[in-house]
Amino acid sequence: MVFSFANLSQQVISGLATGSIYALGAFGLVLIFKTMDTVNFAQGKMAMVTAFVAWTCMNRFHMPYYLAFIVAVAFGALLGIFIERVFLRPVQGSSPLTLIIITLGLVMILEGVAGWIFGFDTKNYPVAVKGDPLTVLTAKISPHNLLIIIVTLVIMAGIYLFFKYTMAGIAIRATAQDITTSYLMGINVSRIFSTTWAVSAILGAIAGILIAPVSFLSTTMMDEVQLKAFSAAVLGGFTSLGGAVVGGLLLGVLENLVAGYISPEFKTSFAFGLIILVLWVKPSGLLGTVQRKKV
Amino acid sequence: MLRLENISAAYHASNVLEGISFEVPEGSIVTLLGSNGAGKSTTLKVISGLLRPNQGKVYLNDSEITQRRPEKIVAYGLVHVPEGRRIFPELTVLENLKIGSYTRQDKTTVEKDLDKMYEYFPVLKDRKAQIAGTLSGGEQQMLAIARGLMSNPKVLLLDEPSLGLAPIIVQEIFEMIKLIREEGTTILLVEQNAFQALSIADYGYILENGRIVLQGPCSELKENEEVKRSYLG
Repeated sequence: MVFSFANLSQQVISGLATGSIYALGAFGLVLIFKTMDTVNFAQGKMAMVTAFVAWTCMNRFHMPYYLAFIVAVAFGALLGIFIERVFLRPVQGSSPLTLIIITLGLVMILEGVAGWIFGFDTKNYPVAVKGDPLTVLTAKISPHNLLIIIVTLVIMAGIYLFFKYTMAGIAIRATAQDITTSYLMGINVSRIFSTTWAVSAILGAIAGILIAPVSFLSTTMMDEVQLKAFSAAVLGGFTSLGGAVVGGLLLGVLENLVAGYISPEFKTSFAFGLIILVLWVKPSGLLGTVQRKKV
Repeated sequence: MLRLENISAAYHASNVLEGISFEVPEGSIVTLLGSNGAGKSTTLKVISGLLRPNQGKVYLNDSEITQRRPEKIVAYGLVHVPEGRRIFPELTVLENLKIGSYTRQDKTTVEKDLDKMYEYFPVLKDRKAQIAGTLSGGEQQMLAIARGLMSNPKVLLLDEPSLGLAPIIVQEIFEMIKLIREEGTTILLVEQNAFQALSIADYGYILENGRIVLQGPCSELKENEEVKRSYLG
C-alpha cells in the first residue's frame, strides 16, 4: 500500500473505533482485577449474552434500537451482580486461582446456555446509526464507528469523574487497595464487589452491542474481542485503569496499521506478539505499577 | 462505654485470647500493654468486628456488638485505627479523610470535622492533594488517626500509633491523643511503648499470653516493680 497522510489517518481512525471496543473490555477486566484480584475470563461471554438480549428485544418484542440497548445494558448489570453473588461470593477470600477457574467455568456455562436459548447460528445485528461515511480530517468514518468512539470517550470521562469525585467511586478505589482497612472505614465491601461487577458488565454489554454489526451475533462473537481486551489490559499494565484505555486504543490502532501496511493476516498474531514483547520488556505494562496489595 | 466480657478468640492459632474482660469508661484513655504476640491487636480486631470471638461479649454503650459486621460497628460510633497505619496509599490525603466519613450522612458537619482535622494536623492541610503513599511515616500516622476521627467516633481504638516513629513525632502524636480525649472521645490505646502510654492513659491493663495479668491506674502501674522490669526497662 502506498504511504500517504490520508491513508495513515484512515488507518488510525478505523483503528480507534475497534480500539474503543478493546478499551471498554480492558477497562472492565482491570476494574475487576484491581478490586478482586481475579481475571474475569467470562466477560466476553457475558457481553455476548447481553447482545443476544438486545437482539431479542428488537426482534421478538419489537423494541426500537435504543430502547433494546438500554434494556440489554440493564440486564447486563443485573447479570454481573447475579454472577458475583451466586458464583463468586461464596468463595470470597479463597485464592485468586479458584476465582479464575470459576470465571473459566462460566465461559462454558454461558456459551452453552446462550446457544440453547438463542441457537448456535449466526445472526445479523443492525448498526446504531445508518448513513454514508463522514469525513474527519482526510479520513472517512462510518457514522456507527464514529458513535463507537464518542460513546467510549463519554463513558470513560463519566467513569473518571465517578472514581474521582463520588464517595462510591473513592470507596471502590480504596477497596482495591486494602480490603481490611476498607471494612474498618465502614465500607460494605460485598456491595463494592457487586458494584464492580455491575460496572464491568455494563462496559462489556456496550462493547458487545456496538461490535455486533461487525462481528455478527453468535455465541463466539466476543471471543476475539475478549482476547484483544486482555492484550490491551496487559499492554496498559493490568493494574492501571487509565492504562487499560490507552492500551485498548493503542492496540486497535497498531493492529490496524499492521493490517494496512504489512498484511491483514498478521493482525491477530501481532496482538499476541505484542503481549509477549510487553511482558518481556516491561512486565508492569505501559502505565502499570508493581502492585502491593494488602488484604 | 466499651466493655469486654470473658472474650476468647484465636487468630492464626498463635495469637490467642483466653477469657479477657475489661472496661473503657466514657471520656477516658485506657491502655492495653503487652509484648509482641500477647494478643493486643487480636483484642482490637475482636472489638471492631474483624474477628469473631469463640466466646464472650463486647458491649458498646450497653448494647452488644459482638456479632456485628465491622462496617456496622463504625456506624455505631467505634473506629479502629489499625497497626501500621494502613492509609490508602494511592488515594490523596483528602480522599483518605473523605473515606473516613463514609458512613456519615451529615455533610455539613463532615465539612466542619474536616476543618478540625486540618487544625489538629496542619500538615495534612498542606498536603491534602498529595498522594498519601508519599507521606512520611509520622504524617501517615497523623492521617490514619484523622481518617478514623472523620467517622465521628465515640470510641477510638489506636493500635501502636508510635510504631516506627522518631521520638519527637511520637511526642507530638501523643499530645494529639490527649487533645482528642479532651474533646470528648473515649480512647483505647494499644502500645508497646509502655512509658508513653502510661504517661497519658488513666488506666492500664497488662496482657500476657492472651490473659490480663495486671491492671490498675497508670500512676500505680508506673510504680509497679513487675511493670518496671518488663515494660519500662
